[in-house]
Amino acid sequence: MKGKEVMDTQNISLLEGRQKQVYEKTAGAPEGDIACEKTSLSGSVSQRACVFCGSRVVLYPVADAIHIVHGPIGCAAYTWDIRGAVSSGPELHRLSFSSDLQEMDVIYGGEKKLYKSLIELIDQYQPKAAFIYSTCIIGLIGDDIDAVCKKVAKEKGIPVLPVHSEGFKGTKKDGYKAACNALMKLIGQGSTEGISKYSINILGEFNLAGEAWIIREYYEKMGIQVVATMTGDGRIDDIRRSHGASLNVVQCSGSMTTLAKEMEEKYGIPYIRVSYFGFEDMSKSLYDVAQHFPERPDIMEKAKEIVRDEIKQYYPEMQKFKAALTGKKAAIYVGGAFKTFSLIKALRTVGMSVVLAGSQTGNKQDYKNLKEMCDEGTVIVDDSNPVELSKFILEKEADLLIGGVKERPIAFKLGVAFCDHNHERKIPLAGFIGMYYFAKEVYESVMSPVWQFAPRKGGVK
Amino acid sequence: MLLRHTSKEVKEREGLTINPAKTCQPIGAMYAALGIHGCLPHSHGSQGCCSYHRSTLTRHYKEPVMAATSSFTEGASVFGGQANLLSAIETIFSVYDPEVIAVHSTCLSETIGDDLQQITKKASDDGKIPEGKYVIYASTPSFVGSHVTGYANMVVGMTEQFAVSTGEKNDKVNIIAGWMEPSDMREIKSLASRLGVKIVLFPDTSDVLDAPQTGKHEFYPKGGITIDELKTVGDSKSSIAVGCITAEPAAVALDKKCKVPFETVDMPIGLSATDRFIMALSKAGGVEVPAELTAERGRLVDVMADMEQYFYGKKVALFGDPDQLMPLTEFLLDLGMVPKHIVSGTPGLRFEKRMKEILERAPGANFKNGPQADMFLMHQWIKNEPVDLLIGNTYGKYIARDEDIPFVRFGFPILDRIGHSYFPNIGYAGSLRLVEKILGVLMDQQDRTALEEKFELVM
Ligand code: SF4
Ligand code: SF4
Repeated sequence: MKGKEVMDTQNISLLEGRQKQVYEKTAGAPEGDIACEKTSLSGSVSQRACVFCGSRVVLYPVADAIHIVHGPIGCAAYTWDIRGAVSSGPELHRLSFSSDLQEMDVIYGGEKKLYKSLIELIDQYQPKAAFIYSTCIIGLIGDDIDAVCKKVAKEKGIPVLPVHSEGFKGTKKDGYKAACNALMKLIGQGSTEGISKYSINILGEFNLAGEAWIIREYYEKMGIQVVATMTGDGRIDDIRRSHGASLNVVQCSGSMTTLAKEMEEKYGIPYIRVSYFGFEDMSKSLYDVAQHFPERPDIMEKAKEIVRDEIKQYYPEMQKFKAALTGKKAAIYVGGAFKTFSLIKALRTVGMSVVLAGSQTGNKQDYKNLKEMCDEGTVIVDDSNPVELSKFILEKEADLLIGGVKERPIAFKLGVAFCDHNHERKIPLAGFIGMYYFAKEVYESVMSPVWQFAPRKGGVK
Repeated sequence: MLLRHTSKEVKEREGLTINPAKTCQPIGAMYAALGIHGCLPHSHGSQGCCSYHRSTLTRHYKEPVMAATSSFTEGASVFGGQANLLSAIETIFSVYDPEVIAVHSTCLSETIGDDLQQITKKASDDGKIPEGKYVIYASTPSFVGSHVTGYANMVVGMTEQFAVSTGEKNDKVNIIAGWMEPSDMREIKSLASRLGVKIVLFPDTSDVLDAPQTGKHEFYPKGGITIDELKTVGDSKSSIAVGCITAEPAAVALDKKCKVPFETVDMPIGLSATDRFIMALSKAGGVEVPAELTAERGRLVDVMADMEQYFYGKKVALFGDPDQLMPLTEFLLDLGMVPKHIVSGTPGLRFEKRMKEILERAPGANFKNGPQADMFLMHQWIKNEPVDLLIGNTYGKYIARDEDIPFVRFGFPILDRIGHSYFPNIGYAGSLRLVEKILGVLMDQQDRTALEEKFELVM
């Protein structure tokens, strides 16, 4: 390596200490678990984010609340409208409010500033609630944001909820928990009048590019009332009365499983985990909900009808994509592991196989499942980095990478097609129509004429 | 969408920034560090910051941006991050094998008081830095200044920690690049070569953040100033700092350390600032300006003259970073336009003073910088006094849409267009491009809104 002008990724070794987080499924591979849920090694180029990022992601789409990031400016600036979580009404969530801490605040504390900011904001916008995110530095200087929130809530008569999301206090997953804690404080506060027995809450759906609307429509067509979507196109009043629903339907990412569990404990609402991605999983998520209401066979009938009609509508086009994509190989590196399962299934329906599957935050069980699902020769990674990703994409000759912002240019540099399955996507990928869009996007990227001009693997085969 | 959330009445806000017109120091440090060849920026703090900085740079450049992190956990935040940084340095050299690691702090490591100088010294004393490799550092707390401060601090770091003076001067001129695009750094090199001046440009992100597609993911693309070159800047005969906020601090540091006299010029945006830059360069190199460059200048002036009626009296709102705003405002005035509302989230007395001077030619202009000088305020001002044109980074698009104002993207970050990193924004060429962009949006608007009977082929 030494003295080499250009370090190319082909020759890079695995990060020491990471061997256990990388697994290749081969006949003779050892049985053991894939190491996961570890903090990243100091010095690694990790693709992960922080606790704050996790809670911001979950709560962001609540559109009639103000979200104020308590800390220096960066944390707020970087999370200003970067997620395409759309709202059918108010759009307060898309503004970026920050207490913009300065040096003196760090020395003397930022409580006063936070208090004033909150009062100013609430007076101006009359929001239904306020979420206050505490970032790393707040944890260090020890501002008592709980006390400030309490005081303001009392003075202004709206819920003012602290979100303890100091970045260093864990991983993105801990941020999900912090967000769920904040939501839990709202749930149970509203009246459940008018909520039908045949009702659900949709959890963990963020309405990226309007996905929650698609899902919601299916359920409503089945005759089911959707009390709250948490948090996509979210409204405080809906969340406050969501304990009146009969079932919680948790979207795959798992970011809100904590909340579902807590609601089960406190309100006796059962929950199921579903995925809205791919024909197979989408259908199952409708059937699973229908099954929850056995006394109403018409719901199941309706579900079957939706599945039939929808698939019929997209089937011919899908065959066209499949014909072109059969035999192509994909690499997947996304945030949540549950998403990977759906992606593998969806890719199979268009004839593609998966050669690399990874996630930033999978747990033991997730990886066990992944191992079972994957084909021979697939590499499975936890908390990976760009070097590993490029290495395996090249070695395994992937034709497509599915990932997020930071992965996109890597794929293109390697001459490999790309599909965004993170928060930057502009088209909905959930639901039957979403699967169609997904296949179309993958098809268009894989078939792009640009790859004729872009040497793959630096031109060497 | 901001429309209905923005009130017309401007009220003094006490501690609240809404829709910031700035971001935090480390991202600037990360960008500057990428201008050294074979450098891996390292963020000393928790993972989140680093991830956000990489994402934003990735979106702006559409290029992979590498940086490592100390991955602070609660332990590090209580006991200090020394152990994390020491082990990070070891890991990085053994796995990613950079020529140099450029460490910057974050709010977190600053607040717990980690001393980067002491830790990097310890790493060196403990033999954790391989022979011929380097670790440099810059302190970049985000509760001070903004992203441009972080850039400046990292450039100071690279100057102070690399420059040596052998006692013998060479015939080169240092050009210390303020925060500009890879395309701009490329343009500076081109201008210097056309003038025939030997320069050392640093940092230099060209060929790093505008790398060609090769089918490989190169961890350390070909560009950037090499460490050997960087060491020689102490022997150069003089320096030109391009930008008083982002480049001058490094020039001062170099003068102090190696006695290299310097001159500071504005970033060459627009005619006057480019003239001054060219003059400074020709003076420093002891060369005459070649006819070819004079002709290039002439073409810019020609277009400005041809089109003067379209610019005259048009009101402009602009926002961005100090080193860009100063010459940009001056250029708008030279075009006969009226800078009306100007905000910059970046604080700074020197910036304020200089802007006041420039704005003497624009009576009635609103100008504010520092905390609470944000996009919300900008929108309120525009609501109170509408403008014909808005210039600024991507975030201006909300206002442009709400108020139906022609909009030119300029500055950092630009997340939704390309071009900024490929075509120069500076020099006569860059200024001509700016003129074209401004005209383009103004005339598009005119075509779009013209009455049927007034809609004509020739404008
Ligand atoms: S905590 Fe990190 S992202 Fe936030 S302002 Fe500080 S350095 Fe920037
Ligand atoms: S400062 Fe902390 S909370 Fe903010 S982005 Fe960085 S890690 Fe996350």
